[in-house]
Amino acid sequence: MSAASGPQPAPAAPAQPVADVAVIGAGVVGSAIARELAGYELSVTLLEARADVGDGTSKANTAILHTGFDAKPGTLESRLVRAGYHLLSDYASRVGIPVERTGALLVAWDPDELAELPVLKAIAAANGYDRCEVADADEVYRQITDLGEGALGGLTVPDESITCTWTTSLALATDARLRGTDLRLAHRVRSVSHDGGAATLHCDAGDVPARWVVNAAGLGCDLIDQMFGYDRFHVTPRRGELLVFDKLARPLVSKIVLPVPTARGKGVLISPTIYGNIMLGPTAEDLEDRTATGTSESGYEFLLGKGRRLMPRLLEEEVTASYAGLRAAVNAGDYLIEADGEKRYVLVGGIRSTGLTSAMAIAEHVRDLLSDAGLKLTPRSDVPSPPRMPNIGEAFPRPYADEARIASDPAYGRIVCFCERVTAGEIRDACGSPIPPADLGGLRRRTRAMNGRCQGFFCAAEAGALFEQYRPAARATSGPQEVPG
Amino acid sequence: MTSSAHVLTPEVLIIGGGPAGLTAAAQLAGRVQGEVLVLDREQQAGGIPRHSDHIGYGTRDMRRFITGPAYAQRLVRAAETAGAAIRTQAMVTGWDADGNAEVTCPQGRLRVQAKTVVLATGARERPRTARLIPGDRPAGVYTTGQLQNMVHLHHGVPGHRAVVVGGELVSWSAVVTLREAGARTVMMTTRYPSPESYAAFNIGGRAALRVPVATRTRVVRVIGRTRVEAVEVENIDTGDRRLVDCDTVVFTGDWIPDHELARLAGIELDPGTRGPLTDTALRTSRPGTFAAGNLLHPVDTADIAALDGRHVADQVIAWLAGQRPDPRTVRLRAQRPFRWVAPGLLRPGDPAPARRRLLLWTDDLVHMPHVTATQAGRVIGMRRLPWPSSPGRVFRVPWSLLSRVDPGAGDITIGLYRSGSS
Repeated sequence: MSAASGPQPAPAAPAQPVADVAVIGAGVVGSAIARELAGYELSVTLLEARADVGDGTSKANTAILHTGFDAKPGTLESRLVRAGYHLLSDYASRVGIPVERTGALLVAWDPDELAELPVLKAIAAANGYDRCEVADADEVYRQITDLGEGALGGLTVPDESITCTWTTSLALATDARLRGTDLRLAHRVRSVSHDGGAATLHCDAGDVPARWVVNAAGLGCDLIDQMFGYDRFHVTPRRGELLVFDKLARPLVSKIVLPVPTARGKGVLISPTIYGNIMLGPTAEDLEDRTATGTSESGYEFLLGKGRRLMPRLLEEEVTASYAGLRAAVNAGDYLIEADGEKRYVLVGGIRSTGLTSAMAIAEHVRDLLSDAGLKLTPRSDVPSPPRMPNIGEAFPRPYADEARIASDPAYGRIVCFCERVTAGEIRDACGSPIPPADLGGLRRRTRAMNGRCQGFFCAAEAGALFEQYRPAARATSGPQEVPG
Repeated sequence: MTSSAHVLTPEVLIIGGGPAGLTAAAQLAGRVQGEVLVLDREQQAGGIPRHSDHIGYGTRDMRRFITGPAYAQRLVRAAETAGAAIRTQAMVTGWDADGNAEVTCPQGRLRVQAKTVVLATGARERPRTARLIPGDRPAGVYTTGQLQNMVHLHHGVPGHRAVVVGGELVSWSAVVTLREAGARTVMMTTRYPSPESYAAFNIGGRAALRVPVATRTRVVRVIGRTRVEAVEVENIDTGDRRLVDCDTVVFTGDWIPDHELARLAGIELDPGTRGPLTDTALRTSRPGTFAAGNLLHPVDTADIAALDGRHVADQVIAWLAGQRPDPRTVRLRAQRPFRWVAPGLLRPGDPAPARRRLLLWTDDLVHMPHVTATQAGRVIGMRRLPWPSSPGRVFRVPWSLLSRVDPGAGDITIGLYRSGSS
């Protein structure tokens, strides 16, 4: 197996082997595609501009596993979300991605929205989802006691679920790596040249030649598309800000509370998170700057205003964290997934927040497009087992509460991050995993360390010291180590 | 999963090994029949003073003037010498159905079935996120706790130019730590019209620190891609904004009790302090569970927390001897400019509070404040105090203010009498 990260030389034989397929972008979608293709007799390279997988739009996803009930019927998105829901649910149970089937309740606040509920129910049915029910106001308040005044009715969506976007991206990328994918982090594609049958992707860290290229570059996918001679769409970074409330607020919200959707997206929701918090958001603000992941005064004001109406009691609790992420909005009503057999190039663009749910179905779809375009696919007989991911979901057993685990290794009994109950053992494991964290942000996403209500008041110094002690660079100079993967 | 957990059965379980918990342990061990067990989740007991490496500790409880770490060591030694058992790296993560504490430590999962419990879990500073300050998320943003932990326990280095947010007592502690670590505090921002703890601050002397204090200001944005580059500061009165170059921001003060275990136990909280509501004997609403220290009054100095510990010890002993509280209560409430008053309940027959003082938090600076107690529309007590009520630190009021309480006449309100001048 080839090296996973860092500027290590490629192993053995030819200096710069030509990959059968290069996938650009190790977000949830690109990782799923690489994993899928690595299940065939192909050499796959996965390129990521940032220092970690899942570190772009994927990391700020609202982490809802969608049934696709509200998609536009007949679209590719509708089909892939529906298929992806089942694929990811199944995969999650096999690799240990936490999923809680909380269900959702879509709430109508005015007569127009109330009139929309039966329409949405019909749309859900057209999307192949027939378990939505219209609920009256009493039922709405029975389900969400602390909802603000003025709800007129609702639509139940019993199968909407919450999950962990960080673990999902990491699991798919890890699985891709275990299947032999050459993961190259910190490889931002600057330009592309074509030479005979192969494209060469020019990165600061070196050139990557490949026979086929899949563009899953998220926020940058229009720029990559232009490098292949196209000019068919423009990505507008749409900033979404979220407020995460203290775990002690968790009893207030048992399911995902959705507004009636509008053209600009799914609107502001209140949802439990898989980590046991409550989330309020996101905003939707179109920007030009593709790196503007800061939070804003106007965003906070907007969210707090929404929160006051949706659930005044929630605002009595402390805010634990705020996040801002960028969605790659495109001027199209559907996913843009198209293959160009002549250029041996596939565009996977316009993937909105539903991409977390649909990622594995997108991967299968891309595989089929590649096959149709002439890529020969031979299933491998030696596909390794998928990884078993550390659980960071609150509703599932975690090491600090696992008697047997602590008995076998006392490091799981040493809680370092008190708010999130993250143990020294988990920090050590993350640093020794096949795709270790590149920085403290990566450690947060893998373990939840420092993500709690104190935001590091108690633990950041200690967690940071452990990270320095265990991170691969430190281990490399401090003695022999196992080569992960 | 916890069914096989090891069970401990101390007479008293003290959760939190800071000044309050350790002092309570030192007072209780040897005076009660069974074990006095202190659980602390950190690697070493001692609490916040462990990493407050400047002098100013121990004044009222030890009659000494020593550094935080030295103070923490003395507290630990005193508790151990008295015979208390201290377990570190032992975190109470919740309560089982019978109200026993569930504990995680490297030795495994424990269950602690204690006759009495003292919650002494302290307080933390609100981090930037809880203060809803927008902007980028670069490195170089700290709370005082995180900063001092990093500098004193892990020998980490902050930047060179710091902005300190807040003008509380602890804010000056942050300035001292920054200076020791080689960083200059280029601005201290406070939303109050005067730097509130300025006059009270005697750690090293404020003149030596020479910190420009921007009164009536607030930080509205943090700027910086990877490392802090600047903060945007707003003048609250004019709305004018300007950028202040810095590579470090320390969010100080704005304390909130670490009340998670109290809430998980279903203990009633005081909406003002957000810590457990207690009477003057420091009993919480859960029978047999007491609370002490800055969990109850976020935050007073460490020595005051320690003296709470001394106070609660006598009350725990009385409880173990079978003494039970009078069910009749009178609620104490704070009126503006006071945010809270602790303790919040009075009961007939109960002792005076620790140090015979009521503790309050104020939003206004008032010299020679005229404090009033009102019950059923009648002023039942008034004291003109020679010390100021000042934002950013606890305001202490003599217990004698409440010498004429009628146990049947309902809530008492503590406020300020204003005659036009203050």
